Amino acid sequence: MARNRRTGEMAIISLIWAGAGLVALSLCAIIVYVAVKGAGTISWTFLTEVPRRMGKEGGISSTIVSTVYLTVTAILISAPLGVGAAVHLTEYQQRRTVLTRIIEGSAEALAGIPSIVFGLFGFVFFVIYLKLGWSVLSGGLTLAMMILPTIMRTAQEAIRAVPVEFRENSLALGATRWQTVSRIVLPAALPGIVTGIILSVGRAVGETAAVLLTAGSALGMPLLPSDPARSMSVHLYLLASEGISLERAYGTALLLIVLVITVNYVANLSLRRFSYRLRG
Amino acid sequence: MSQAKIEVRNLNVYYQQYHALHDISIAIPQQQVTALIGPSGCGKSTFLRSLNRLNELIEGTRTEGQVLLDGVDIYAPQTDVVELRKRVGMVFQKPSAFPMSIYDNIAYGPRIHGITRKVELDEIVERSLRQANLWDEVKDRLGSSALRLSGGQQQRLVIARVLSINPEVILMDEPASALDPISTAKLEDLIAQLKRDYTIVIVTHNMQQAARVSDATAFFLNGDLIEFQPTRKLFVNPEDKRTEDYVTGRFG
Repeated sequence: MARNRRTGEMAIISLIWAGAGLVALSLCAIIVYVAVKGAGTISWTFLTEVPRRMGKEGGISSTIVSTVYLTVTAILISAPLGVGAAVHLTEYQQRRTVLTRIIEGSAEALAGIPSIVFGLFGFVFFVIYLKLGWSVLSGGLTLAMMILPTIMRTAQEAIRAVPVEFRENSLALGATRWQTVSRIVLPAALPGIVTGIILSVGRAVGETAAVLLTAGSALGMPLLPSDPARSMSVHLYLLASEGISLERAYGTALLLIVLVITVNYVANLSLRRFSYRLRG
Repeated sequence: MSQAKIEVRNLNVYYQQYHALHDISIAIPQQQVTALIGPSGCGKSTFLRSLNRLNELIEGTRTEGQVLLDGVDIYAPQTDVVELRKRVGMVFQKPSAFPMSIYDNIAYGPRIHGITRKVELDEIVERSLRQANLWDEVKDRLGSSALRLSGGQQQRLVIARVLSINPEVILMDEPASALDPISTAKLEDLIAQLKRDYTIVIVTHNMQQAARVSDATAFFLNGDLIEFQPTRKLFVNPEDKRTEDYVTGRFG
């Protein structure tokens, strides 16, 4: 009996280890494979020059700038909206009303829609109907819609996790509701809110379909928000699918991975600093 | 008993359909400590929260009757709740320092009420911490996180935070229930000091504590105020049989 239990235990433990190992292994495999295939392409000119001859020659500098440009635009639009909606739902609606349920349900549904559908909508609405054309603005708006639910839901969770005692203490000191929200609740919820925003940055940086249809695929360096832009992921997709240059596709992929990992790392670091300062 | 600071007349509080307080009338004396005792759910915390209108934060609460603070009804429509809560401060059961520095915790109240000058804030922070008997323990680390303080220190910090806005009345909702005996003793000393300048109303589960710190004691049971007497009389020679049963430990 005892021996059976022990064997069972061992089996489960090896299964768990196997699972964990497989996850780590597949991650490493992808990164190593892309790194090996792409490292040769990466050079100073690859980083600093704009693509020439559809990307066969030159670098990818304009696509790096486009990616950052699109992502920043999307965050600047969706973060205030998402956090604002979350504050409204958690702090200003005491009960779950029909309205809050509609908003939360819509966010939930929005989060499940495939990105190509966002791209199609963005194309029809922003690019054509609002006459914004293929541009950073159209792409940024489309991405903003796509990541809005994530930002809102994570902000909601983070705000709900702030102890109710903080609010009571603040209000009992004669603070108004807005003073309580802006000076106590939001700072306390900030690490969680920032985490949601970082998750969204990761999604926006890697997004292809939604951007391809709304920001276009022009190779030039975007300057104004009304300029068209080709993001790194779109560039990678076109290089690979149109058989322009597989090596350059891998090079782009490698940089994209590095970019995403860097964003996550820096965000984690500043987050830890920040919560260290608070928690002591 | 001295002059009444707060006079409550026919106070009824309802949560949705539930009638939590029945027709309470009581005069809380100025610059004394009034203890509210009674078994859990008897309405003593609800009563306390009706004195700074904090019950309003709970949806579906209805309050009837009058609460006169220096003769003016705080439930009158023209009452400024912010101003009221500045005059009637509150210390909660769980010591709850804000996640910021010790200095910023104390400066929070004055800042939201419009004080921005550094010298003035410095002065308020030092005075409040001294009054709360915490200054000597924290004066060298005002900039470090308040969450590093012990539970007892945090509770005194919270009291200092309340003192920083110059209240007239301090409400305390079981302020010692989460503290160890030494911290509790320090807190009780502090309460004895504070009553020289402030009117204090304290909810407590601990009858010895009520006997030690208060001048007058009110006994609540099932939403009714059963008896309100000078503390000594209530414990030694209560008039109501139910009070006697409770203070002698026959129930509760």
